[in-house]
Amino acid sequence: MPTTLAAFDLLDIILWLSYIIGSVTFIFGLKMLSNPETARRGNLVAAAGMTLAIFTTIFLYRTQEEDGSRQHLHNYVWIFSGIIIGSIVGWYAALKVKMTAMPQMVSLFNGMGGACAAIISIIEYQSHYNPEAWNLTAVTMAGMLIGSVSFAGSMIAFGKLNGNIGDKVFPGQTYINMGLLLITVAVGVYITLTPVQNMMLLGIMAAMCLLYGVLFVLPIGGADMPVVISLLNSFTGVAAACGGFIYHNQIMLTGGILVGSAGTILTILMCRAMNRSLLNVIIGNFGGGAKAAAGAKEKGTVKEISLSDAAVLLSYSKKVMVVPGYGLAVAQAQHTVHELEKILEEKGVEMKYAIHPVAGRMPGHMNVLLAEADVSYDKLLEMEDANNEFPTTDVVIVVGANDVVNPAAKTDPASPIYGMPILDVENAQNVIVMKRSMNPGYAGIENELFYSPKTRMLFGDAKATLQKLVSEVKAN
Amino acid sequence: MEQLLNFLYENREMVFIIILSVFLGIEVISHVPTVLHTPLMSGANAIHGVVIIGSIIVMGEAHEMLTIVLGFFAVILGTLNVVGGFVVTNRMLEMFKKKK
Repeated sequence: MPTTLAAFDLLDIILWLSYIIGSVTFIFGLKMLSNPETARRGNLVAAAGMTLAIFTTIFLYRTQEEDGSRQHLHNYVWIFSGIIIGSIVGWYAALKVKMTAMPQMVSLFNGMGGACAAIISIIEYQSHYNPEAWNLTAVTMAGMLIGSVSFAGSMIAFGKLNGNIGDKVFPGQTYINMGLLLITVAVGVYITLTPVQNMMLLGIMAAMCLLYGVLFVLPIGGADMPVVISLLNSFTGVAAACGGFIYHNQIMLTGGILVGSAGTILTILMCRAMNRSLLNVIIGNFGGGAKAAAGAKEKGTVKEISLSDAAVLLSYSKKVMVVPGYGLAVAQAQHTVHELEKILEEKGVEMKYAIHPVAGRMPGHMNVLLAEADVSYDKLLEMEDANNEFPTTDVVIVVGANDVVNPAAKTDPASPIYGMPILDVENAQNVIVMKRSMNPGYAGIENELFYSPKTRMLFGDAKATLQKLVSEVKAN
Repeated sequence: MEQLLNFLYENREMVFIIILSVFLGIEVISHVPTVLHTPLMSGANAIHGVVIIGSIIVMGEAHEMLTIVLGFFAVILGTLNVVGGFVVTNRMLEMFKKKK
């Protein structure tokens, strides 16, 4: 019968299919993003699905009017100018940002999404308010709360990572935050349950949500910002899903919830990698003061650096100094180190070698080794020359050396190596230590350098790690 | 309580999608190596830009000027999230390109 068929017309079917395809690309995209081999393609797959969903929505989505007729969307000029402006600005910003500033850029874009979700909720309440449908109002309020908290929080996270905002802690902060959140939720419940549209109260609630977002992130230490951004990221996902619920839009729902749950898990994984709990990150406010106050006797924590971060750090340096040690010899990594030197040189980074007299197992061990790999002789610095150069060095890479860079030789009279001249790598801006594990070196003593705030550890076999580092730097 | 159950039942398909998506999200990324945490976060960030579809719908239905202006901002913000998110992720992942 043609009349019943009319209910399912082709446009609806195409739109529905495009949403299914979009949702599947999101799932595949996330899956592929979890593997270095496929990550890049995964991102593109998800982007393609998103583009499809956006354009089918613009052209095929139809509203259900009260008289039963169905209307295509209008205001195309506004929609397309918005998309064009957003695309140009977003694309430009994403291309121009330095690799080192990536986390705050992600935070910024995340905030945009949160703000978008919050605005949708406000418009929804303002123009489609239905006093009977308190359930929908509840979802709308949730979307506004989560979206604005994510927006405000992301802006603060951005400011912190960018160095514009410091950590601000005042007594009783946790309780004030919790109280504010409770009151905000109570206002939301009140708006939901009173069957009268109240724009002013909505405005007050929006302001409270923003304030909460600010206060939520403000006390969290700058070092914990990646975790916070990941958390806010999953918030925005949930806010997007609220929008999907309001509009019965499947792709918003699947996309939002996927990010919400994947983001939460990712946040927990990140905490686990730092050996912390999420609660500890949120209310413990570590990061800044607490660690510094721990005193010299405390060992402190060892911080790892990822290969990609190390590659970025090296690529953006002016002068890099390699301190080779026995580990380099064991791993036969001299050729790889030379490869790194050549690549960095091509990028305009100066790389030299600081050779400690007793590095390795015999005097001159390192010189021989490096000469074998065709490292030019004038790049090998003796200890005194190297020590003069460290203050102007951006990054020191310690490859399999330990005792020759141990500050205990200078500071701890009880140490078995006390009095031995060492390479003062701590005078450089950054120190990357490549090591197989945290086991102490030849002399069997702990090395304070590994706990220094300047030091980042890169664990693994020297040769394999260097090889990976070389390809990272190349790709950079 | 009854009202709530009714509400959930009225939206049973969506509730179904939500619950399955939660598990899917957890399952899909639970084996990610540490090096990929940041790109994955960034990629997920771009995906929740799907909120732009809501802003397009709001915008496309709008008649009042205030709604149009607000919706216009929402579309810009949503696009920033989507486009910026995917481009930044792509740039990060360029660092993982294999040379051989």
